[in-house]
Amino acid sequence: MALKGNLSNFTITQLLNLINLAKKNGSLILERSGDKIEIYFKNGKLAYSKDQKRDNSLINILFYSKLITSNQKKIFTQNAASMTDKELGLLLINADYLHQEEIITCVQTYYMSILKQLFTWNDGVFRFDTDILPPNDKITVSVNLENMILESSRRMQEWEKLNDEIPSLEMALKFVDRPTTNIRSLKLSSKEWRVISYVNPKNSIQQIAHTTHLSELEIRRIVYGFLQAGIVELIRPTSMKHLSYESSRIRAHQTSPEQQKSLINKIIDRIRSH
Amino acid sequence: MQTVKMVITGPFDAGKTAFISSVSEIDVVSTERKISSDAEKIKETTTVAMDFGRITIDDELILYLFGTPGQKRFDFMWEILSEGMLGFVVVIDSSRPETFREARSILETFRAYAPTPYVVAANKQDLQDSWAIDDLRIALRLDPKIKLLPCIAIDREFVKNTLLELLYCILDEIDLEIKEK
Repeated sequence: MALKGNLSNFTITQLLNLINLAKKNGSLILERSGDKIEIYFKNGKLAYSKDQKRDNSLINILFYSKLITSNQKKIFTQNAASMTDKELGLLLINADYLHQEEIITCVQTYYMSILKQLFTWNDGVFRFDTDILPPNDKITVSVNLENMILESSRRMQEWEKLNDEIPSLEMALKFVDRPTTNIRSLKLSSKEWRVISYVNPKNSIQQIAHTTHLSELEIRRIVYGFLQAGIVELIRPTSMKHLSYESSRIRAHQTSPEQQKSLINKIIDRIRSH
Repeated sequence: MQTVKMVITGPFDAGKTAFISSVSEIDVVSTERKISSDAEKIKETTTVAMDFGRITIDDELILYLFGTPGQKRFDFMWEILSEGMLGFVVVIDSSRPETFREARSILETFRAYAPTPYVVAANKQDLQDSWAIDDLRIALRLDPKIKLLPCIAIDREFVKNTLLELLYCILDEIDLEIKEK
């Protein structure tokens, strides 16, 4: 069964966590406006990855890692064009050009760099297919995901901070009565000016984001900036004022546990025969 | 006549109305309205106040099932609906991971309103894109003790099973209370 979704709702950290905890085998394909990244996992560990926009061949990986020169790259490209990455790797080791560890470290760094790119993706569709193995001719590695998850979650901390500062986008904004800064003297981006023009206790932040076509992260960043600059303050729209009701459980205050049990058993019998 | 209630909650379009309709002996008293927001236009109507279903247990006891509105802007109703409930079911759409975070938030909100037993119904398990139960548990960060049940809300047997599992949880809690006394 494939797992499909969008990173705007299910983050890369959550995905890696899922793959790691469930020790999954399979391929994760992520796409976003012309970008396509494929990551393969074995037993919940990173095994192989490729970025459609890059030349993912071993020759190129070694060149960018400065393990081979541009001249060597040219020669290998001409002479080993028909060789797979695995075959070329073996050839380089046997010819004493490179050690096995060097090649493994190099491809591992490359695969991880592709995965790390995803930490900046706030949206994009993903699809995880179980039991799809990396291509046979590619060199695979086995990298624990825990550190990647930690790194990814550190980046998420910015998001969490913004969430803490602005707990709900249903809140509205109003200009502070005595601003410490003169708005006219502020250097605002065009996006920020657009948001400023909608600041009104009647407009929720969500509505402003919708009207100005800003993502949740963007509007939070902008509003956070305004709050820090002391230009605006958060207010609760009147429609959000909740009525306060004291929670109470019928069974807790009306009957003894034995009576409750008898009542629940009655309901069980009724539903079974329903 | 004694009445008891259970609350059926979950994100927008998770299948709460279908869930109640499958077991209610009356036509569900639904308060659906045409959807105004473009973002939510994946179905034509949605519940704006509550759904209301009924199962008569015997001459003296009636079980009411209340479905909460799925859209966040009606969440002021949740606290009112949760008052006095026996327990609650969180219905999630297993094929829409974009709603999992919201499901988690709804679950925590209801737990805060009333610490009653609850189960999670992984609805739409018949769809090709639905996530497997084990994956859903991780995605929703559900404690292993919480029952996460496969469900197809339009199938009465699945709904009955979900309600029964919730009732067993309630029984377990009562047993625990008796033991502690």
